[in-house]
Amino acid sequence: MKSFIAETGLVAPMDRANVDTDLIIPKQFLKSIRRSGFGPHLFDELRYLDEGYPGQDCSTRPRNPDFPLNEDRYQGASILLARVNFGCGSSREHAPWALEDYGFRCVIAPSFADIFYNNCFKNGILPIALDEDIVDSLFQQMYANEGYTLKVDLESKEVVTPEGDTYSFEVDEFRRHCLLKGLDDIGLTLQDAPAIRAYEQRLRERSPWLFDVIT
Amino acid sequence: MAGQTLYDKLWQSHVVVGRDDGSAVIYIDRHLIHEVTSPQAFEGLRLAGRKLWRRDANLAVPDHNVPTERGERSGGVSGIVDPISRLQVQTLDDNCRDFDIVEFEINDTRQGIVHVVGPEQGATLPGMTVVCGDSHTSTHGALGALAHGIGTSEVEHVLATQCLLQQKMKNMLVRIDGALQTGVSAKDVVLAVIGKIGTAGGSGYAIEFGGEVVRNMSMEGRMTMCNMSIEAGARMGMVAVDEVTLEYVRGRTYAPREALWEQAVAAWSELHSDPDAKFDRVVELRGEDIKPQVSWGTSPEMVLPIDGYVPDPANAANATQRMAIERALEYMGLQAGMPITAIRPDRVFIGSCTNSRIEDLRSAAQVVKGKRVASTVKQALVVPGSGEVKKQAEAEGLDKVFLDAGMEWREPGCSMCLAMNADKLGAGEHCASTSNRNFEGRQGFGGRTHLVSPAMAAAAAIAGHFVDVRDW
Ligand code: SF4
Repeated sequence: MKSFIAETGLVAPMDRANVDTDLIIPKQFLKSIRRSGFGPHLFDELRYLDEGYPGQDCSTRPRNPDFPLNEDRYQGASILLARVNFGCGSSREHAPWALEDYGFRCVIAPSFADIFYNNCFKNGILPIALDEDIVDSLFQQMYANEGYTLKVDLESKEVVTPEGDTYSFEVDEFRRHCLLKGLDDIGLTLQDAPAIRAYEQRLRERSPWLFDVIT
Repeated sequence: MAGQTLYDKLWQSHVVVGRDDGSAVIYIDRHLIHEVTSPQAFEGLRLAGRKLWRRDANLAVPDHNVPTERGERSGGVSGIVDPISRLQVQTLDDNCRDFDIVEFEINDTRQGIVHVVGPEQGATLPGMTVVCGDSHTSTHGALGALAHGIGTSEVEHVLATQCLLQQKMKNMLVRIDGALQTGVSAKDVVLAVIGKIGTAGGSGYAIEFGGEVVRNMSMEGRMTMCNMSIEAGARMGMVAVDEVTLEYVRGRTYAPREALWEQAVAAWSELHSDPDAKFDRVVELRGEDIKPQVSWGTSPEMVLPIDGYVPDPANAANATQRMAIERALEYMGLQAGMPITAIRPDRVFIGSCTNSRIEDLRSAAQVVKGKRVASTVKQALVVPGSGEVKKQAEAEGLDKVFLDAGMEWREPGCSMCLAMNADKLGAGEHCASTSNRNFEGRQGFGGRTHLVSPAMAAAAAIAGHFVDVRDW
């Protein structure tokens, strides 16, 4: 996994509440058996005027002129500014894959859906929850200033605006550690293999009906 | 020490390694697998040269992509017309063969929607931790299990370690006391709960459903409620184990028998919240107050009782809400202030992991028996949740009832719940659907979903518009 230490990047808006994973990456793209290539279909139904399908060439599709990510000023953005309950809906990891493949490394919102939040960390994306008022003011700043950038620093746990305003955010220490180092969760858990075996042994004695049933 | 909640007990008994911040490595008893969220996980294992930790903890079944139309279905995997769907189902078969995982393949009678199949086969049991790469895994919590959806990285993690790294959730109790009116079902109750607390209301919580209404509910009903915990923002919902649970589990294929059954029942008798357990939040509803529900908008919290009126953005509490209502009205093609009963579905879908169990089909059949689908309704699909449900329904003659009414009787699968297969809505079409999500495009590009109970969907199919089943 890619590590995340700090990122200074252009900010783009996703200005609506309860953005669900179907909106982030519509279900027809879930048919892929790969992990990559979802970027061109991020927010597919909002970004294009026609219906997308997997494997198509998106460069010639009609774009929705009203969708901010299609505007010149937001090209190359790496930080997404969003509203409450971002990423609600399904558990599909295709949502963070699509964000990452598009080029987003960080999503800032007042709140996130639990599973999506979790999935971000596993894909090198940093989700940051800030107070609704702060997010609101960031939206205003961004709209008012073309080329608006933010610095997101995972080491100091701060978001810094171009004016120098600093907002600290909270993040679970363990997740922070893994993201800073780009650590692979599975490798870490396997270090506990003896504890897992010991637990399994106790479980087999306590609840024998859980074993060797599905064979 | 204060008493523990059901969730506390389930959590504690599965901690393998605890960390200071309260998170832990949690042991997973059952891992369910389907074709959509697993290919990249198996690929990850291969690339890292890792082995499966414990094969008999896994059970796989294809459901999202399988065609439900008999002709296409009869050809098995190679008969799936859409090549991308075919490849995904084929990939699941191949992965299960390579890793020696038990799979109910496409035309096995035990095949069906993963969340219908697990409990039905006794593969998910009280007291278990159950995960699956699908958010509606919350369904299995109805058995008194700790069950939640996971992403693909976590699927890989479970395959490789039989564990997950988890943060502990807060506890929420949703208590529904009193009794339900005739015609009001579990689906209406859970929609009413979501209408009350909102789609982010349960975020960060594990929900336990309790109270007289839940105690008197069948397992099917409890599964419907736990299924939609995720639409209330909670990764998991659960119900304490009682006689209803034990009656349901007894005798199922993978359920314990004889001496093991006795031993299991003794252990399961602890699976309820202690009387003095502390919940971080308690939400209460009265059963009598709940009317049949219909969602009008593009989020499950945009839901109203059948005698309600589509909201007017002018009356919204704030600007964000006003915008959300305006956008939803535009997408749904509805006018502010119109009665819910004036909405006319173009299609009707009875199915999905929320409402495709035998009880759901019985309640729909009772409504349509001897009647005909309205001429304005283009299609009314009834899709059983599994091959077992289908067999049972046919033994009871329910298929005949639906067919006589002019409905279609299909093969089991997710079907029109999310339109990854051939069953979908056309742009602008309204659908009375027993599924769980009414997001934009969920049932097909431009499709308009109204979430309802099976009885309400059936009644709408006959009447041609939404009607109150209490008057049926
Ligand atoms: S029926 Fe619908 S919600 Fe349930 S697993 Fe299938 S697609 Fe998901």
